[in-house]
Amino acid sequence: MPNITSDKLQDSYDVVIVGSGAGGGQTAYTLTMEGLKVLILEAGRSFDVQTEVAMLQLPSHAPLRGEKTPDKQYGFHDCSINSGWDIPGEPYTNASKAPVDEFRWWRQRMMGGRTNHWGRITLRNGPYDFKPRTRFGLGFDWPISYDDIAPYYDKVEMLIGVFGSNDGLENSPDSSPGVLQPAPKLRVGELYAQKHGKKAGAHIVSIHRAVLTQPQDANTLPAKLHPGNAKAQAILADSMRTRSPCFWATDCHRGCAIRANYDSQTVHLRPALATGNLDILPNAMAREVTLDKKGRASGVTFIDKTTGREGHAKGRAVVLAASSQESVRLLLNSKSSAFPQGLANSSGKVGKYITDSVSSSLSAYIPAFEGMPIHNEDGAGGPHAYVPWTLHAQNAKGQLGFPGGYHLEFTTGRQMPSLNVINGIDSRAGHDGVLFGAKLKEEARRTYGCQMGFGAQGTMLPNDGCFTEIDPELKDQWGIPVLRFHWKWTDFELNQVRHQQQRIREILEAMGGRISAKADNDPAKLIRRGGEVIHEVGGAIMGADREISVTNQWSQTWDVKNLFMADGAPFASTADKNPTLTIMALAWRMADHLMDEMKKGNI
Amino acid sequence: MSAPKDLPRMDRRTALQWMLTATASMAARDAQLVAADAASSNAKGYGPDPVMAKVYKPGDVWPLTFTEPQRRATRALCDVIIPADAASPSASAVGVHDFIDEWISSPYPAQAGDRRVILEGLKWIDEESARRFSKTFAELSPEQQLALCTDLAASKPKPELKKGAAFFKRFRDLTAGGYYTTPEGMKAIGYVGNVPSGSFEGPPIEALKHVGLA
Ligand SMILES: Cc1cc2nc3c(=O)[nH]c(=O)nc-3n(C[C@H](O)[C@H](O)[C@H](O)COP(=O)(O)OP(=O)(O)OC[C@H]3O[C@@H](n4cnc5c(N)ncnc54)[C@H](O)[C@@H]3O)c2cc1C
Ligand code: SF4
Repeated sequence: MPNITSDKLQDSYDVVIVGSGAGGGQTAYTLTMEGLKVLILEAGRSFDVQTEVAMLQLPSHAPLRGEKTPDKQYGFHDCSINSGWDIPGEPYTNASKAPVDEFRWWRQRMMGGRTNHWGRITLRNGPYDFKPRTRFGLGFDWPISYDDIAPYYDKVEMLIGVFGSNDGLENSPDSSPGVLQPAPKLRVGELYAQKHGKKAGAHIVSIHRAVLTQPQDANTLPAKLHPGNAKAQAILADSMRTRSPCFWATDCHRGCAIRANYDSQTVHLRPALATGNLDILPNAMAREVTLDKKGRASGVTFIDKTTGREGHAKGRAVVLAASSQESVRLLLNSKSSAFPQGLANSSGKVGKYITDSVSSSLSAYIPAFEGMPIHNEDGAGGPHAYVPWTLHAQNAKGQLGFPGGYHLEFTTGRQMPSLNVINGIDSRAGHDGVLFGAKLKEEARRTYGCQMGFGAQGTMLPNDGCFTEIDPELKDQWGIPVLRFHWKWTDFELNQVRHQQQRIREILEAMGGRISAKADNDPAKLIRRGGEVIHEVGGAIMGADREISVTNQWSQTWDVKNLFMADGAPFASTADKNPTLTIMALAWRMADHLMDEMKKGNI
Repeated sequence: MSAPKDLPRMDRRTALQWMLTATASMAARDAQLVAADAASSNAKGYGPDPVMAKVYKPGDVWPLTFTEPQRRATRALCDVIIPADAASPSASAVGVHDFIDEWISSPYPAQAGDRRVILEGLKWIDEESARRFSKTFAELSPEQQLALCTDLAASKPKPELKKGAAFFKRFRDLTAGGYYTTPEGMKAIGYVGNVPSGSFEGPPIEALKHVGLA
C-alpha cells in the first residue's frame, strides 16, 4: 500500500485528516473521489490485511491457545496491534478510583483503526434517537433528523456492503429498496429463540452487518454513488469487483483477507488511493491543530514516531477523526491566545457529554440443544439475528424508568472452541465433583454448543458526570498531555440494566434455559464499565445553539470554520444502535458540506 | 524422577524426606532435572505487534519450564483426564502436556497463579503416589492412577487431599481446554467449521428436527 514518509509531504493539501478509521476513511474516500487533495496522518503503522491477518489459524496455532494477554487484549489472533485498554507509553487517568465510576478507553493504533476488528454490526439510528428531548424531555435533540441522514445511510451501506432484512420496525429504519445484500440463513439457536422467545415478547429478525453475502453490484452501484463522475465510478467498480463475498468461515474480528467485510483500509482507503489524490503518512502522532492569523486552522503538528521528530502538515481545512476522545484530546491540547481553554471551546463544552452503550449480559444452558446433530454453523463470522427494541409504547408512557431502549445481540452457536469451552461442565452435566476420563469426553460432546446468551446494548443520554479533561500532570511518551476521565452512571442506566437482565432471563427461560445465575443482582455491578462496550462517542457534540455545543449540524466547529469532526465526537447521545454506521454517514454528509463550502469560497 | 520400584510403603513424612533427598541428589547430578521453582517466570512476552499469521508451537516464544519428571507426570495426568478411545486420541497424543508447559512458562500475570498451582501440584501428586504406592504418578498402573484421581475429583475430597483436589480441578480445565482447541479435539467435540465454502445453507433438517423446528 503506497504510503508516504514525512520527507514526501506536499507543501499543502486541501484537507488534512487525522486518523484512518471509520470516520477518517469515509472522509478521505468522499473527498478524494471528488478530486480534493487529501493527507491522512495516522498514528499507527501501516498494515496489510491480505498477508497479516490470521484467518484460518486455530487457537492451537497461537501462543497460550490465543487467550488474551496484556500484549493482545482481545486474544492473539484478534486484528489489533499496538492497541488495547493499556498501551505502553500512552496512559490515561480516571478521576475516581471506584470501578463503577471508571472509564475504560480502548485505542487502536494501526492503519484502519478499530475497523480492523470491529463486529461489523451496522444498525441505523431511528427518528426517535435524534430527538430524545422531544420524546423523553431529556438529553439534547440533535440538530438533524433521521430524514437528513437517511440518504447517507443508503450510500454508506451500498458502498461498504451490508447484509440484512427490512422488517418495518418502529425506530429501526429500513434501508431503501436494493441497498441491502441478502441476509444469511439463521442458525439453530437463532431460530429456536425466534420461536420460543415470542412467549417473552422477543421479536427476532436478521441483523445488519457489513459483510458481503454475494458479490457487490459493480455495474449499477458506482453510478448511484457518484453520478456524473466517470473516474470515481470506474475506480469504485474496480474495487467492488476485487472484493469476494464471505466464504462462511472464520471470525470477522480477525480481519478479512478476502475483503468480504468492511474495514477502512481495504474498502475506503484503497479506492481513495487509486484516485491519486491521497497521501497517507503512517506513524504520525498528531499533537496539535495550528491556527493562522485569521483564527483558521492551518494544519496539524505531529510527531513522526519513526524519528521522534516533529513535523507539520498544512491544509486549507482540517478534519479530526482520531476516534472521539482522541480528537477531543487534540482540541484540548491545541491552546492559543484565541482559545486558552482548547481549540473550538468557546462554549466550554469540549470534552463534555461522553456516552457509551449501556450494556449487560446473561447466558443460559439450553438442554434442548444437547446431543445436537453435528453440523457447521460458522456462517458469517458473527451474529445473523438480533432482538430489536420494540417496547416503545411502554417507555413513551414512562413505564420503564429509563429513556430509549436496547437491543439484544446473540452469543450462541457451535463456534470454534476456545480454551474455556468446557467451563462449567461439572454443574451443567449435573455432576458432583470434577469430571474426567471417558465420562468427560462424553459430556463435553453432549453439552458443546448448548450455552447461549444475550448481550444488551442500550441508549445513553448525556449527563454532567461523564466528561474528560487534560490531566494536569501526566504526559505520554511523546510529551503530549493525556486525558483524565470522569464517569457517573445515572439511575436511568442502572434501571435499564435491571430491565435488561429481567428481559434476557425471561427470553432464555422461555427457551427452557437454565440460567447461569449471577449471584449479584446489583445493576451497578452488572453494568459494563463506561467505555467497555467501545462505543464511546461525544465530547464535541453537535447542536443548534453554539452556546451549548461544539459543532453545528455539519460537524463543523462553531468557532473555527475550516475545522471539522468526523468520528463519534459530535454525537449528542448514544442510541440503542452501534455507532459506526452513523459515524460514516455523518462523515460523508460532513465531507459533502465541506466541499460545498470550499466551492462557495467560504473555506 | 524414577523412584526405586521396590521401595517399602512409607509414611507421608518419610516420603517427603525421600523426595527432597532424591531431588537434591539429582540436582547435583543433572541440572536438567532440577525441579523448577514456582516463582514467576521472567521470560519476555510476544509484544504488542507479533506476527499473527504464523503457526506457533510451545517453546517458540518463551522457554519451557518442565523438567523431565514433571513432564512425565503431566503426560500421565493428561491421559487420565482425556484418554484415547475409538473415536479420538488422548490428550498427550496431541501435545496437551506441551501446551500446559507453555502456559505455566508464560511471562504474563494471569498465568503466574497457575504456575505455582501446577508445579506444586505435580510435586504433590508424585509424593502422594509414593506414599500410597511407592512409585511416581507416571509409573502407577492405570488402576492406581484412576483411584488417586477419583479421590481428587470427589465433590468433597478428604481434608488431606484438599490441595491436590484444587490442583486437579485446574489441571483438568487446562487439559480439556488445551485438548478441545486442537484439530483432533475439535473433531471429538463435534466442531466441524473453519472450512471455506461457497454458500451457507443454514441448519440441516436433522438439526431442526432435533429441536422441534421441523
Ligand atoms: C471489539 C470491537 C467490536 C466493535 N464492534 C462494533 C460493531 O459491531 N458495530 C459498531 O458500530 N461499532 C463497533 N465497534 C466500534 C467501532 O470500532 C468504532 O465505533 C469505530 O471504529 C470508530 O471509528 P473512528 O474513525 O472514530 O475511530 P477508529 O476506528 O478508532 O480510528 C481512529 C484512528 O485514529 C488514529 N489516531 C488516534 N490518535 C491519533 C493521533 N493523535 N494522530 C494520528 N492518528 C491518531 C488511530 O490510530 C486510529 O487508526 C467495535 C469496537 C471494538 C473494539
Ligand atoms: S466470516 Fe466471512 S466476512 Fe467474516 S472474516 Fe470470514 S470470510 Fe470474511
